[in-house]
Amino acid sequence: MRRYFTRKVLTYMLAFFVGVTIDWAIPHMMPGDPVQLYLSNFNLKPAGYAALYKTMSQAFGTNLPLWEQYLHYWKGLLTGNWGISFWDFPAQVSTLIFQALPYTLALLVPAIVLSYIVGNRLGAAAARRKMLDNTVLPMGYVFQAIPYPWLALALPFLLGAVWHVFPISGGYDPGLIPAFSWTFISSLLYHWFLPFLTVFLVSLGGWAIGMRNLVIYELENDSSRYLRALGASERVVRRYAYRSASLPQLSGLALALGIVVGGNIVTEYAFSYPGLGHLIFEAISNQDYFLLQGIFIFIIIGVLVANFVIDIVYVTVDPRTRLSMQGASA
Amino acid sequence: MRRTTNTTWTRTRAVRWATVAVAAALTLATAAACTSSSSTTPPKGVTASPSSTASPSGTLAGYPRSQTLYTSGTAYTPPSNWNPFNVGNYATGAQGLVYEPLFLFDPIKNTYIPWLASSGTWSGNTYIIKVRDNVKWSNGTPLTGADVAFSINLSRTNANSPYNANVATVKSATASGNTVTVTFNGTPGYSEFQAYLYLAPVVNQAVWSKVAPDQLIKFSNTHPIGTGPMLLDRYTSTEEAYKINPNWWGTSQLGLTFKFKYLVDVVNGSNNVELSALTAGQIDWSNNFLPGINTLVSGLNGAGGYGISTFYKNSPYMISANTVWVEPNTTRAPMNNVNFRKALAYGINPAHIVNSVYNGIVKAATPTGLLPTLNAYIDQGVVGQYGFSYNPTLAKQYLAKSGYNGRTITLEVPDGWTDWMAGAQVIASDLQAIGIHVQPAYPQYTARQNDLINGNYDLALDNNAALASTPWSYFQRVYQLPIAKQQTAQLNWERFNSPKDWSLVQQAGTVPLTDTAKLKTIYSQLESDFLQQLPQIPVWYNGAWFQGNKEYWTNYPASGTSNEATPVMWPNYLGAMTSIYALANLKVAPPAAP
Repeated sequence: MRRYFTRKVLTYMLAFFVGVTIDWAIPHMMPGDPVQLYLSNFNLKPAGYAALYKTMSQAFGTNLPLWEQYLHYWKGLLTGNWGISFWDFPAQVSTLIFQALPYTLALLVPAIVLSYIVGNRLGAAAARRKMLDNTVLPMGYVFQAIPYPWLALALPFLLGAVWHVFPISGGYDPGLIPAFSWTFISSLLYHWFLPFLTVFLVSLGGWAIGMRNLVIYELENDSSRYLRALGASERVVRRYAYRSASLPQLSGLALALGIVVGGNIVTEYAFSYPGLGHLIFEAISNQDYFLLQGIFIFIIIGVLVANFVIDIVYVTVDPRTRLSMQGASA
Repeated sequence: MRRTTNTTWTRTRAVRWATVAVAAALTLATAAACTSSSSTTPPKGVTASPSSTASPSGTLAGYPRSQTLYTSGTAYTPPSNWNPFNVGNYATGAQGLVYEPLFLFDPIKNTYIPWLASSGTWSGNTYIIKVRDNVKWSNGTPLTGADVAFSINLSRTNANSPYNANVATVKSATASGNTVTVTFNGTPGYSEFQAYLYLAPVVNQAVWSKVAPDQLIKFSNTHPIGTGPMLLDRYTSTEEAYKINPNWWGTSQLGLTFKFKYLVDVVNGSNNVELSALTAGQIDWSNNFLPGINTLVSGLNGAGGYGISTFYKNSPYMISANTVWVEPNTTRAPMNNVNFRKALAYGINPAHIVNSVYNGIVKAATPTGLLPTLNAYIDQGVVGQYGFSYNPTLAKQYLAKSGYNGRTITLEVPDGWTDWMAGAQVIASDLQAIGIHVQPAYPQYTARQNDLINGNYDLALDNNAALASTPWSYFQRVYQLPIAKQQTAQLNWERFNSPKDWSLVQQAGTVPLTDTAKLKTIYSQLESDFLQQLPQIPVWYNGAWFQGNKEYWTNYPASGTSNEATPVMWPNYLGAMTSIYALANLKVAPPAAP
């Protein structure tokens, strides 16, 4: 058990190091000079430009040699100083990220978890009832095949612009003062629903289809036949089949949750939802190294933590993992 | 069977409720996180001026709709600083609502309005500013001549100030009571200094003398102390809110009163949501480019069925604000050949773009590219002699003499600028018709900007400096020398090398603005050279996009009404032109008829 986790932790630390290094390197390889870009708004004469360029380069540390920038980046990362945003100069990257994070989490975590639960139940039910299989599954295929950007435009157009049931953009009504009050929270929920619905619907189909196929496979395989031969009731057989079929789905869920912290660029852009996906979009468009790095660190940590959690969960839900750790051969 | 189903259902339900609980908890967490938005309180040691309206924002759930003006179309980043020197990214209103300039420029009447200065006069090579009496900073201390002199000297001595070049010829500014005397080294740079007077902020010496020189741009100044009509109330990542400053000098001295109590500026969302926000009445005052807005204005038999107001009732609806031109890279063949540039000029039909891309919400440019507000400076004789207009036959004749070898020429437009992208396609097809192979290219804004700065392009659509009282900044934009390897400022991006014209521009800069006869002679010469050389090919005038929703507020700025002011909150408009008048002249909309 201990060896297993030591090995895992070491692997994760290595993955973290490599991920963080790539996170630093990629934005720096983008062509162009962000300081130059920012200052082109200023319309400065050459002398003034030179002075300001120097000041700004020092502020961002872009005047240093690359290896020194890299060391500064690690230092900043470990001390919680993630630098200043170019795009929203002189705002702190951490301020921008922590302003956006709650929106992204509140939008995507429920959407993914609910679609996982509902989708798996639907899929499992479809696997054993012809009628459901003929109705629910085609719907699943449709939802899964719909290009998401289309759905993210069609739903707000119908429910927002045409029928005025839901607002089409923003995190809450403009002019509200954020407070722990019903007015504010109800406005949050009201604005949250449509983007939530689109993500939920699109994810639902995928889970349902996957689960249906897995359960059919499990119900037909030898272990199920053996159980039936032993005289187990169909209910018991189904429960075992469901548990086995859940394993690959669980890995999928972990990965989906791991990248949640990166936000969902298309959803947040289409709904002008002030989350991390929106920030990523702006950071890329504006060559904002520091903001992009800051968000990607979240994604790296998110994916690693999710994988780690799933490793632990596997130990509890999959007896084979437990056995292999105790040295037994399968 | 039945029992089994029930058990499963119960279990499922339990799981679902758990999930719902998680979702609810997360939503509450969001609410809690969002509440940590910033509210501004005066910094320690500064007593807030007594306020006749008790600050209600502490107890309110939101700003009352009927007392709030919602604006949008200016901010694209979460508001993070109220530093008027950070001209790249200050929050909407930092200049104009909080900090104010010495004068305002009215581009519609082409006059300067004394603002924090009550007067400014030239006496030989010295400029004397009388600072307005009875103006108070928002912390209660009076505005003095010392503050004004400090502001001028700050930009003069600190190369980090974006206004440094404007006061390059200033020797010093000294205050005596409320009189500030500005002396110059040799001949004053009149045009540059005039721009300073209406663009640059007057800042509080007590606060800004403590800002380190290299922090001038970085200082985020989240508790700004200004002289302006509004006080920063609070801000979140998606909006900022101001409340009216009850002690603003303009109310007692100019009789300007605001009918709204709060002004909320909303950060721009994606293009697809802005039009809906306006028509739904979420936004009152929009400075976004909204394609097809003309159909909403003139809809329903011209009665304005959607209750949308624009500056002009009919085409072009918007004030012309800057010139969009085809920018040729004159260091590359064939763009270095004047006949090729003439072929472009005669080969492009601006009417195609005005009608098919913009539906008439912009105007075609005149040959000099100077804005209609500068008509007094346009020498019609020169235009008659050298001006161009759409003429494919002539275009082909020029093309034959241009040495063009048939290669594909790219025309760069930033990705996502949909109107310009469509315009580039129209231009490409016009030019294709006369035999020039033009391929529109849509790089990201940053990549396109780098291409222009480094001279790494063939043709680009670009626009020039904003509304001004003389053609000076327009021609500076065209002819500025020397040409550096990287043309960092947005000046002479076409890299056209004409020392003679640059010296004319410099000469024009040192003529007093009152000597219009001399200025006209110089500008006439520049126009003549411009039309003969065509370093840029003007195509159309971009508008100062503005549309107001009349549901809550009326009397929006419009031509021929009592509110003929600049309807724009963009930087260099608000706090430089007459947008404050436009805001003060708004009226409460009458209740809707039952």
